[in-house]
Amino acid sequence: MEISRRTIVLAAGCLVLALVPPVAALTNQPFYLDLFRRMMIFAIAAVSLDLILGYGGMVSFGHAAYLGIGAYAVGIPAYHGIENGPLQWALAVGVSAAVALVIGAISLRTSGVAFIMITLAFAQMLYYLGISLETYGGDNGMRLASRSRFGGLIDLRQPAVFYYVVLAILIGLLALGRRLVDSRFGMVIRAAKSNEPRARAIGFSPFRYKLTAFAIAGGAGGLAGALLANQTEYLTPDFMHWTRSGEIMFMVILGGMGTLFGPVVGAVALLLLEDVLSALTEHWQIILGPILVLVVLFAKRGLFGLLVGAEAGDG
Amino acid sequence: MAETLLAARALRKHFGGLLASDGIDLDVARGETHAVIGPNGAGKTTLIGQLAGDLRPDSGSIRFDDQDVTRLDSPLRARRGLVRSFQVTSIFRNFSALDNVTLAVQAHSGHSFRFWRPARTESALREPARAALDAVGLGKRADVRAASLAHGEQRQLEIAMALATEPRLLLLDEPVAGMGPEESQRMVRFLATLKGRVTIVLVEHDMDAVFTLADRISVMVYGRIIATGTPAEIRGNEQVRRAYLGEDQA
Repeated sequence: MEISRRTIVLAAGCLVLALVPPVAALTNQPFYLDLFRRMMIFAIAAVSLDLILGYGGMVSFGHAAYLGIGAYAVGIPAYHGIENGPLQWALAVGVSAAVALVIGAISLRTSGVAFIMITLAFAQMLYYLGISLETYGGDNGMRLASRSRFGGLIDLRQPAVFYYVVLAILIGLLALGRRLVDSRFGMVIRAAKSNEPRARAIGFSPFRYKLTAFAIAGGAGGLAGALLANQTEYLTPDFMHWTRSGEIMFMVILGGMGTLFGPVVGAVALLLLEDVLSALTEHWQIILGPILVLVVLFAKRGLFGLLVGAEAGDG
Repeated sequence: MAETLLAARALRKHFGGLLASDGIDLDVARGETHAVIGPNGAGKTTLIGQLAGDLRPDSGSIRFDDQDVTRLDSPLRARRGLVRSFQVTSIFRNFSALDNVTLAVQAHSGHSFRFWRPARTESALREPARAALDAVGLGKRADVRAASLAHGEQRQLEIAMALATEPRLLLLDEPVAGMGPEESQRMVRFLATLKGRVTIVLVEHDMDAVFTLADRISVMVYGRIIATGTPAEIRGNEQVRRAYLGEDQA
């Protein structure tokens, strides 16, 4: 059987990510371990957004809200001395999904610009809620007392262990996402994105499927938030700021909407560009902007589309 | 008259000052092909929209299979077997022809909260979909992206999707619109094979198609049905000639 370009790219990507810790250790550059772990955490957030943005056509401009909820679901228990990882992470996923359910139930009754604005408004509300939490640092945020604990099994304080946990979660999410978008459920939200009146005419009621997808994406975004709090060992309402939502959306678009793997490429590329360009000049966004515009204009399936060609998208 | 499958009573619908449906009564018997004709702007598509559940009438009622469906939305009506096609081709353009019909099969095979198994590998969905494509003559084009199909093929695909939902009543809004004469004849021949098996409400401007297919015809003018009868009765109706046939069909 011929091995497709897509398979090669994915295998190479996997290998590169798996080899970061030993290479960083050998070259004595722990900074790269940290950077790539951060990239993968944002990749998890971006992949979760792609599920609803790329496959469901739901342009949620408030996805950073779940990053924040996930982070506070780790930070607040930790502040009160509860460092139980499974509990914190379950809380992060559960509360994020529940909040997404509420936001979705309201915002999915609209579409187009109204949908974008409502999701943005909800995320900003949560941002200001974070600022008002004086106990937990208000707008300064607070230090995370300790990383989430998983008994003797997994110790997140060891950088490489934490790295592989994040990598495993990313791969798990991609595998689950693959099943999801190809399942009957996934086909409904993709059909509704493609042509909603048609989907209704053959007998689909898209609302509840889209709402479910919205909640799933929120839950996965919450998990990314829990990881981010552990990554930075600090949490602030800034996790939820609308510019952060924009950044996650950029990762999806840059990498390729509706490609599942594209957002991973997008997250890596955006954070790498940020890192490289900000070393060159403090006005690095002046360079970043045009690059994004060029990708949007000339690469229909984003960077992932450039890498693997026609096989990139799922429609 | 045979048993009534669909009954509309006193449907009224206005858009601003325009009365698109002005007290429409329509009875469709089980098994018949019932054509609705009338000049442009008579309100035919508005009528289809109300019957399908896309438009809510201002007043009046719609009964389908002896149940009041006036308040049901279009997906719920579709799941009961009251299914429409569109005047302007409406398909899932970025999916293959087979995927389009597979979705239609899926839509009427229970809920879709199934998250694990790839839908494209389910023979329970795929096989009926292939059969529906074969039935309309698109079997060889199954794997072609719907957007890449010729216009006539897209119209066929639209019918295949409607059929794949196993409808009890098909609302066809100008199924041969924009087709060449040959394609149009093929479509009419195909629709003729459905006669008796599926009840059809057919809105169409092509009078050849209408008089070939229809068991009964209702004529709409300015939001009202001014006559209903067999093709022969409609041909002989003086009021219809003046209002409609006389203008288009000299």
